Amino acid sequence: MHNQSSALQQGPCRLESLDDLNKFREQLERNIDPDHPEIVVCHGTGCLASGGEAVSNAIQATLDASGIKAKVIPGIKTTGCQGFCSRGPLVLIRPQGIFYQRVKPKDVGEIIEKTIVQGEIINRLLYKDPQTGEKIIHEEEIPFYKYQDRKVLHNIGKIDPTNLYDSIMAGGYQALAKALTTMTPEQVVQEVELSGLRGRGGAGFPAGRKWRSALLAIEKKGRPVYVVVNGDEGDPGAFMDRTIMEGDPHAVLEGLILGAYALGATEGFLYVRAEYPLAIKHLGIAMEQARAHGLLGKNILNSGFSFDVRINRGAGAFVCGESTALFTSIEGKPGNPKPKYVRSVEEGLWGRPTVLNNVETWANIPLIIDKGGDWYKKIGVSHSTGTKVFSLVGKVNNVGLVEVPMGLPLSDIVEKIGGGVPGGAPFKAVQTGGPSGGCIPYSLKDTAVDFDSLTEAGSMMGSGAMIVMDDTDCVVDLARYFLRFLEEESCGKCMPCRFGLSRMREILDGFSEGRGTQADIDDLISLSKAIQDGALCALGSSAPNPVLTTIRYFKEEYLAHLEDQNCPAGVCKALITFQIDPEACNGCTSCARKCPVGCISGGKKEPHTISADECIKCGICKESCKFDAVRII
Amino acid sequence: MRYLQGILQIRCCPDHIREIAVIEFKINDKEVKAREGWTILETAKEYGIDIPTLCHHPAVAPTGSCRLCMVELREGDWSKLVASCIYPVKKGITIYTETPKVHNVRRWILEMLLASCPASEEIRELAQKHGVISTRFSVHDPNQKCLICGLCQRVCEEVVGLSAIAVLDRGVHKKVGAPFLRPTDICVGCGSCVTICPTDAMQEIFDTVRGKPELPLSQLA
Repeated sequence: MHNQSSALQQGPCRLESLDDLNKFREQLERNIDPDHPEIVVCHGTGCLASGGEAVSNAIQATLDASGIKAKVIPGIKTTGCQGFCSRGPLVLIRPQGIFYQRVKPKDVGEIIEKTIVQGEIINRLLYKDPQTGEKIIHEEEIPFYKYQDRKVLHNIGKIDPTNLYDSIMAGGYQALAKALTTMTPEQVVQEVELSGLRGRGGAGFPAGRKWRSALLAIEKKGRPVYVVVNGDEGDPGAFMDRTIMEGDPHAVLEGLILGAYALGATEGFLYVRAEYPLAIKHLGIAMEQARAHGLLGKNILNSGFSFDVRINRGAGAFVCGESTALFTSIEGKPGNPKPKYVRSVEEGLWGRPTVLNNVETWANIPLIIDKGGDWYKKIGVSHSTGTKVFSLVGKVNNVGLVEVPMGLPLSDIVEKIGGGVPGGAPFKAVQTGGPSGGCIPYSLKDTAVDFDSLTEAGSMMGSGAMIVMDDTDCVVDLARYFLRFLEEESCGKCMPCRFGLSRMREILDGFSEGRGTQADIDDLISLSKAIQDGALCALGSSAPNPVLTTIRYFKEEYLAHLEDQNCPAGVCKALITFQIDPEACNGCTSCARKCPVGCISGGKKEPHTISADECIKCGICKESCKFDAVRII
Repeated sequence: MRYLQGILQIRCCPDHIREIAVIEFKINDKEVKAREGWTILETAKEYGIDIPTLCHHPAVAPTGSCRLCMVELREGDWSKLVASCIYPVKKGITIYTETPKVHNVRRWILEMLLASCPASEEIRELAQKHGVISTRFSVHDPNQKCLICGLCQRVCEEVVGLSAIAVLDRGVHKKVGAPFLRPTDICVGCGSCVTICPTDAMQEIFDTVRGKPELPLSQLA
């Protein structure tokens, strides 16, 4: 046994039991002064992109350079994504919970001087509620956070993801220690079954049932069995899994170890797309730390149970998020899906029973084991329990990551948490479920966001991307966008998908160029059905969803493209012309100077005109006009 | 030979009797019997039921890529389409080979094949046989015959034991050629790929596979 009291000083030490873990955590907590100010800088990918690193470097430099240390000793902590990406870089001052947004390095001196030393609040850095115009000081009072129910994301934005001790203080590995000490593998499976947890990767298959089928397959075929994390999140506009892996990698790891214990697996895989370098880095650090502390590897917590895991990086194929393609990719072959007439729990990786779950699903497991399936079941609605993380993007005020209980009306997510569409108009539609999902129109804004209700509306939960659209978004263009994405990302193995998607896109190209016909709409529906029925894997069979739902809910917009030769949203270039309203134009020349093809003429202080023959319809004139004189007709 | 309660007994020599499980199910409402491990397509062929295929060949493992062999599996009101070349027979299932859903998939695949492989006589004949004589889609390459079914690659790997042919890239960019598009000298010129090709496309692709390699493999070692 190691010496507990000096564990912190000694660095890595193996934890040998639940008791050990508890003692270690208490010791870590004792070393923390509750009044000690802490400056938390979000280092999620969004905030890093908007300059988060420069802000944290500036804070560190200012702290080092100033004599502040004598009075107060603030700690600076970099965390994973706090979710409110559109307001980044975010800086949070604890313990007061003061929330500063859009912080620039030049604000840092003032933050240290006023807020840290004098306890004053800097008004200009506070969040202003766009609806009430009120400035809000504390994180928990901001509507974006207030209406959320953060369960899976509870640690993210609070802990330093590269620090195991932070994770342990926040309750990390409690569930694992509990399971290894007091529960049999069977009890772990039962708890997951009881929770009603459904897979967060898209189809919503009950996780407990999957695990149970794997156990039955193991009875027949014996071990080895593999557990795999699907971190190949590739939907445009989705970043839930990335955030969890980046912000709380230990939760994913703990969930996976619990699954391995329940199923008797000794080997696991984390399949993460190579486009997520930070996630791969943080998971790698987490694995090393967990191994060094006896939480992963041989004889975990001295329980006799051994399990280890490795990271496999996806090489940039969207289709590798599909289970059979993911397995062939891990096996070292091209990531092509295989027909799935035998389920992967029976015949998965190398033909062995395999349990593949999505990142978010695995991250839910520690919560369920720690607090019980009964507790979990009470969150959400009866057939979709728990919470779901969504990435809210598009024409919405508060772009970011939100976690809500299942069954919340769509409008609550978009309007209350998301703050609605900029400018206050109602949203036109919300695309849920990424390229495989569908479009839900404003008229169905009360649709409960759970697996079954979304499917009923013709869409799907998918991994949880929510793209909000307003009346400047054209549904034909949206359907084209997703088809073009899938056409490139299809593996090309089966003909309905390889030929069908590009042929459907060709028909839609016709609509956007004003060549569509009524027969084209019928053909699109019929071809969609053929692809749904005929494609080999879920990528193909769900690919027509955006086309089918946009035809179902926005048929009149398709008809406008063919009957009136008009794109109501003003997007499809072949059907629109840019004109300058001579009454609104005051001849400021701004548009003429910015036009890339120089097709705008007119003297100073005189109304300008656009030469329609030369115009490439890029829209720069409309963006640059301060007087709203450029019209799309 | 004796058949009793789902078991076929075959006397293979005076001292031995082999027992083979027999699976009974229905194709187009007709009772059929299949050996365990057979696919629906194999059973249908045994009974002379015609199911169109392009990517299937008994010499290599099926992959289910052309999707022309889709059949409808029904259970009460519920039904789904499965690829008959890979779907294993199961006791008591009911299969239909000519339904509106099946026809819809078949028709669209054939119509798209007509536009994508316009130079192939075989595809034109197959389409005609199933009532598809024209296509609504535009032709991008009038000389194209290859439908990228992968039979050539599979026969090279599985039967010849080499990997001189590869299916490269993905999605709309997928094509058949030499591995990494580098002409290879591991091809022994056996011609299996040319023979197995359902549309004669390999005749032309063959030369690109077998071109003179930039660096002979012997020098690499």
